[in-house]
Amino acid sequence: MSTYKVPTMAEMAASGDSPEILFWVGCAGSFDDRYKAVTQAFVKILNKVGVSFAVLGPEEACTGDPARRAGNEFLFQMQAVANIQVLNGYNIKKVVTACPHCFNTIKNEYPALGGNYEVIHHSQFLQQLINEGKVALQGGGEFKGKKITFHDSCFLGRANNVYEAPREVIKALDVELVEMKRCRTKGLCCGAGGAQMFKEPEPGKKDINIERTEEALATGAQAIAVGCPFCLTMMTDGVKNKDKENDVQVYDLAEMIAKDMGI
Amino acid sequence: MSILPQLIFLLVFALAGFIIYKRVSFLRRSIFLGKKEARNDNQDERWKTMMLVALGQKKMFKRLGPAFLHLLIYVAFIIINLEVLEFIIDGLSGQHRIFAPFLGGVYNVAMNIFEFLAIAVLVSCFAFLIRRNIMRVDRLAMKELKGWPALDANLILIIEIVLMFAILTMNATDQILAERGVEKYIALQGLFFSGLIQPIFQGMSDGTLIFIERFAWWFHIVGILAFAIYVTYSKHLHIFLAFPNTWYSNLKPKGEMKNMDEVTNEVNMMLGIQTEATGEPPAEVARFGAKDVNDLSWVNIMNAFSCTECGRCTAECPANITGKILSPRKIMMDVRDRAEEVVKSIDAGGQGLEDGKSLLGDYTTKEEINACTSCNACVEACPVNIDPLSIILQMRRYVAMEESGSPAQWNAMFQNMETSFSPWKFAPTDRFNWADQVKNQEAE
Repeated sequence: MSTYKVPTMAEMAASGDSPEILFWVGCAGSFDDRYKAVTQAFVKILNKVGVSFAVLGPEEACTGDPARRAGNEFLFQMQAVANIQVLNGYNIKKVVTACPHCFNTIKNEYPALGGNYEVIHHSQFLQQLINEGKVALQGGGEFKGKKITFHDSCFLGRANNVYEAPREVIKALDVELVEMKRCRTKGLCCGAGGAQMFKEPEPGKKDINIERTEEALATGAQAIAVGCPFCLTMMTDGVKNKDKENDVQVYDLAEMIAKDMGI
Repeated sequence: MSILPQLIFLLVFALAGFIIYKRVSFLRRSIFLGKKEARNDNQDERWKTMMLVALGQKKMFKRLGPAFLHLLIYVAFIIINLEVLEFIIDGLSGQHRIFAPFLGGVYNVAMNIFEFLAIAVLVSCFAFLIRRNIMRVDRLAMKELKGWPALDANLILIIEIVLMFAILTMNATDQILAERGVEKYIALQGLFFSGLIQPIFQGMSDGTLIFIERFAWWFHIVGILAFAIYVTYSKHLHIFLAFPNTWYSNLKPKGEMKNMDEVTNEVNMMLGIQTEATGEPPAEVARFGAKDVNDLSWVNIMNAFSCTECGRCTAECPANITGKILSPRKIMMDVRDRAEEVVKSIDAGGQGLEDGKSLLGDYTTKEEINACTSCNACVEACPVNIDPLSIILQMRRYVAMEESGSPAQWNAMFQNMETSFSPWKFAPTDRFNWADQVKNQEAE
C-alpha cells in the first residue's frame, strides 16, 4: 500500500536528486477549488506512469502573466525574475504545466529575462504518454462513445499553434469529437484572457463566455473539454448560466484521462 | 505630325510622378514617427512570408467568397499594368500599340486576356459595391466606417469600374477604326469582349470614333495616374504596403509580448542583480508604454497605413462580437489618423506631437483597450499580418505604469500579486495545500 507522491524541488535537491520534469502548477492549479482537482488528477497520472517529477510547492509564484497583459510590466518582471532565480537555482531544464498562460509566459517570455527551459503544455505531455503507450487507456470508460467538444484556449492555440495535441488526447478516449463552428485558428476566446479573468467586462450586449457556451452547446456535446484553468471557469459558469450543468460537464483533459484510467 | 500630345503626356506623367513622390515622403515621415525596431532577422522566413501572404494571398482564403473576387481584381491589377507599360511607351513616343507588330498573335491573345480580366474586375467591383451598400455585410457597415472611410471604399470601386469601361470602349472603337483602314490603327484578330459592345459604335463617323478612342485612351492613362495619387491618400495603400508589411511581420509566437528592456534594467537594479549592462548609463526612457503614435514602433504605424479596413479583425474579435466598443480595425484607423494629423501639422508649421492631443484619449479610449482579451483573433484574421494587439497592449502599459489608471479590479489584482505572489488574495503559505489530499490517498 503506497500513497501518491508529490515531491518538491527542495526535497529533491536535499537528497541530491533531480527530476526529469518540473510540474509548474500555477496559481489556479494551487488555489482554485475546481482546478485543484485538475492538478491532483495530473499528479496521479504522473505517479501512475512513473514519471520522475517534482513541484516547487510554496516556492512557486505567479508567472506574472496577468500583470503583464494588464500593462504592469514592472510587476511582471519582478515576478518573472524571482521565478527564474528559483528555476535556475534548481537547474531546471524541462517544465510541464496545465495552464496555457503559464506555458506561454515561461516558454516565450522568460528567455528574454534569462530563463531558458523546454516548456510543454500538459496536453502535449499527455499525448506523448499515450503515444508511447505509457498511459494505458481502458477505452470502455465513462466517456466511450460520448460526444465531446474541445474549446481551444487562445494561449495554447493561436498564441502557440498547439491545436492537435489536445484533440489527439480526447480521441484516444474513444469518443466522438465534435467541433464547434469557430475552432482551431478561428476559436473564440472564453473571455478570460488578457487579465479579463480579474475584472468585470466592459459594457456590451453579452458576456463572451455565454456566446462561447452557446456555441459549445449547439454541437450537442455531452461534455466540453478544455485545457486551461480560466477557460474551465468561464465555460463552467456559462453552462450554469444556461441551466445545463446537469446535462453537460466541463472537464480538463487530465481529469478525463485520470477518470478513464480509474484513478 | 504634332508632338503636342507627347509633350502633354510627358507633363502629365511628370506631374503625377512629382505628386506621388511628395506623398511617399509624407507617408515615410508618418511611419517613422514611430520608434526604431529592428526586424531584419531571419530573412529567408521573411521573404517566404511575404511571398505567401502578400503575393500568394494565403490568409485571404480564410473567407472564400470575398477571396475569390479579390483575387480577380488583384490578378487583373498586376497583369493589366503590363498594358499600362505599353500605354506609357505609346504616350511618350507617339506610337500606337507599339508591342503589336513585335508580338503578333501573342499580342492578340494577351489583349483578349486583358479584356477578360477587365470584365472580371467589373464583376468583382459590382459584387463588392452590392456587399457594401445593399447587403450591408456587418463588418463593412460598422460605425467606424461612417463618412470618409465608406466613401473612400466606394470611390475606389467606382474608379475601377470606370477605368475598365474605358479600356473596353477604347478597344471597341480602336478595332472599328482598324477595320475601316484608318491610318495608325492596327487590326488585331478579334477581341471578344470589346467586340460585344462594338454595335454601339458602328454607325459613328471615323472622326467621332477617333475622338472617342483617344478620349478613352487618355481617360484610362490619366485615370490610372490619378488613381495612383489617390491611393496614397486612401485605405487602398495596402496594394503596395502589403508587401513590406508582411516582410516585417512578427515571426515570433503570437503569445509573446515584447520585453521592455528599460524596465528590466530597473528591476535588476532593484533586486541587486548584476548584469552585463550594469555600469552603463541607463538609456533615457521617454515614457513607459504608448500614449501617442511616437511611442509606438514604426512597424505599428506601417501596419496602420497597410490597413484596408476590411474588418476581418473586428469580425473575429470576441469583445466586439459581444457588443463592446473595442474594434481592432478602429485602433488601426486611429493610429493612421493621428500619425497623419501630426505630420500635417508639422508640415504646416504647427505643433505636431505637442498639439495637446494624443492617440490615447483623443482617438482611442481606455474603455476600448480595457476590453481586449489578448486572444490574438484579430492578428490571426488579418490578411496582411497587421498586429492591433501590440498597439493595445502598449497603451495598457502607459495607463498602468504612467497613470496608475488601470481598472480598480486590476489594481487590486496587482496588489495581490505584490503581496501574495498570486492574482488572488491567498496566503502564499497555502499554495501547496492542494497536495495534502493526494498525498493521503492510496495509489492503486
